[in-house]
Amino acid sequence: MALKELPRAAASAGRTTAGRRSSRTGRTARRDDAMFVGPAVLLFGGILGAGFILGLWYSLVEWNGVNREMTFIGLENYATLLSDDRMRGSAWFTARFALVTTVLSNLMGLGLALLVTQPAPFQRLYRAMFFLPNVIGGILLGFIFRFVFSTAFDSLGELTGVGLFQLPWLGTPATGFWGTVIVFMWRSSGYLMAIYVAAIVSVDEDLYEAARVDGANWLQSTRRITLPLIMPAVTVGVFLMLSISSKLFDVIFALTNGGPYGSTEAFALNIYNEAFIYNNLGLASAKAVVFFVAVGVLTLVQVRFTQRREVER
Amino acid sequence: MTGATLAPTPRLSRRNRRRAASIGLSAGIAALAIFWMSPMYLVFVNSMKDFGEILRNAAALPERFMSDNYEVAWELADFATALVNSLFVTVLAVGGLVIIGAMAAWRMARRPHRWHKVLFSLFVVAMVVPFQTLMIPTVQLSTWLGVVNTRSGLVLLYLSFGMPLTVFFLHGFVQSSVPREIEEAARIDGASSWQTFRLVVLPLMRPMIATVSILHAFWIWNDFLLPLLVLFDPARRTIPLAIFSFFGVHSDQWDLATAALVMGMVPIVVFFLVFQRFIIRGVAAGSLKG
Repeated sequence: MALKELPRAAASAGRTTAGRRSSRTGRTARRDDAMFVGPAVLLFGGILGAGFILGLWYSLVEWNGVNREMTFIGLENYATLLSDDRMRGSAWFTARFALVTTVLSNLMGLGLALLVTQPAPFQRLYRAMFFLPNVIGGILLGFIFRFVFSTAFDSLGELTGVGLFQLPWLGTPATGFWGTVIVFMWRSSGYLMAIYVAAIVSVDEDLYEAARVDGANWLQSTRRITLPLIMPAVTVGVFLMLSISSKLFDVIFALTNGGPYGSTEAFALNIYNEAFIYNNLGLASAKAVVFFVAVGVLTLVQVRFTQRREVER
Repeated sequence: MTGATLAPTPRLSRRNRRRAASIGLSAGIAALAIFWMSPMYLVFVNSMKDFGEILRNAAALPERFMSDNYEVAWELADFATALVNSLFVTVLAVGGLVIIGAMAAWRMARRPHRWHKVLFSLFVVAMVVPFQTLMIPTVQLSTWLGVVNTRSGLVLLYLSFGMPLTVFFLHGFVQSSVPREIEEAARIDGASSWQTFRLVVLPLMRPMIATVSILHAFWIWNDFLLPLLVLFDPARRTIPLAIFSFFGVHSDQWDLATAALVMGMVPIVVFFLVFQRFIIRGVAAGSLKG
């Protein structure tokens, strides 16, 4: 403790003796702060920062966006939300969707990662193939599967008579839900695979060697060595998917646009529709604030969880 | 005696079993990978058929390879313009983000006084804010700033939206991997702050700048909602917007639509395939830090 204080004491002593010089370096330091950090602050504050505050304000007004007229109505928008059945429906969809896709795409990603880290030919090629859907934009993905689920499946169903192709994919609420899940999994499993591959290849090879000497088979060494050691990556993968899937917009916008009958209207899409289809910008802003709070709580849980993990380790 | 002759047999069969398992595994992965690519296959083969042929058999290879759909879709979507616009916006925004972000990150990491710490916390909080929360004010602010419906205005918006993540990553990198001693040596040799940054620090930050650039390039290239909200002029559309408005008009003409989809995918897929090892590693590293 005393030792730690020593340099600081010396520094403050130095500052008093060289008072004039430090005021000049203080000025250059401030100038350098402005020069290096200033542009980032302006860009960040001018749009993101100002936008956030403006958004809070908009959530307290009634405003149709067409004319300039805004009426301050306090918390009335938030009260309206409590009885908004459509929003409750979309929150329920988003929660189910996030949970299902988080579990399934993490399992899929882990499975793929275990496969492509086995000694077999062309593994680099397979990794690229599984990862590929992740680089394609959400709008394109949505449209690709609109084609696959409609015209392509119709044609295949007629040719083969396989029931899976003849289902009205995207036509009923149940198939619409699973159709959306499939598209999202196609995109995110490869991403999670990359995360899990990075974790798996960093496991010490000697552990497997020792297990092999002790007569462990592949299943045993995977369960007893690989899985426990990549748990930190699992935590990352789970929270990453919860966050991404609860904010999903593009894919759904192109694939179902919330249909059939609003059954796949994700929360992000609900806000968009409220703002730009129904022109209730005040109400939409209140929803946007609620959305931020929900995502924020999820993030806080993640931070807590990760911290506790690190303490335990 | 019998024991000695029998002894090699189980070892041999075990090796055979292992070989069989390894062949089975290879075949399994290959089958899964082919299945994984089947949506791409469907889009690609049908982009070379006329509509009747798509309906007859969507899974078959085209009867003859024709590029008519591509020629029509290319014109109808004004794809050349969209390609130029996407390149313009992505290159300028990513370049601006990493330069401005690197300057701020370095300064904030080296002089962590109170205001820099406050700013850093704000950046961290901002990374959590979903885009929909900022969407309505962004449209309003862009109107006020007079940057609606311009590509450089879109670049400006990306510079703002991408800044928190950029600074967060580069800040961490400066702290962990840029040695302070080299900077101090440059200082003693009489380099100014800017020279130190430009000639000493920036080159040392290159690995993380590459990672951040890749993350941002994919995000901006594929981003849809922000350009949808601020670009109206067809001549200023980026690729996702061009594809989207193409589908608005030709949504059931799947012969043309599949060709448009392939055109939309090709640039980013080529970029990915060229840099794939680097990208997969970078993306995985990026998510682990975040």
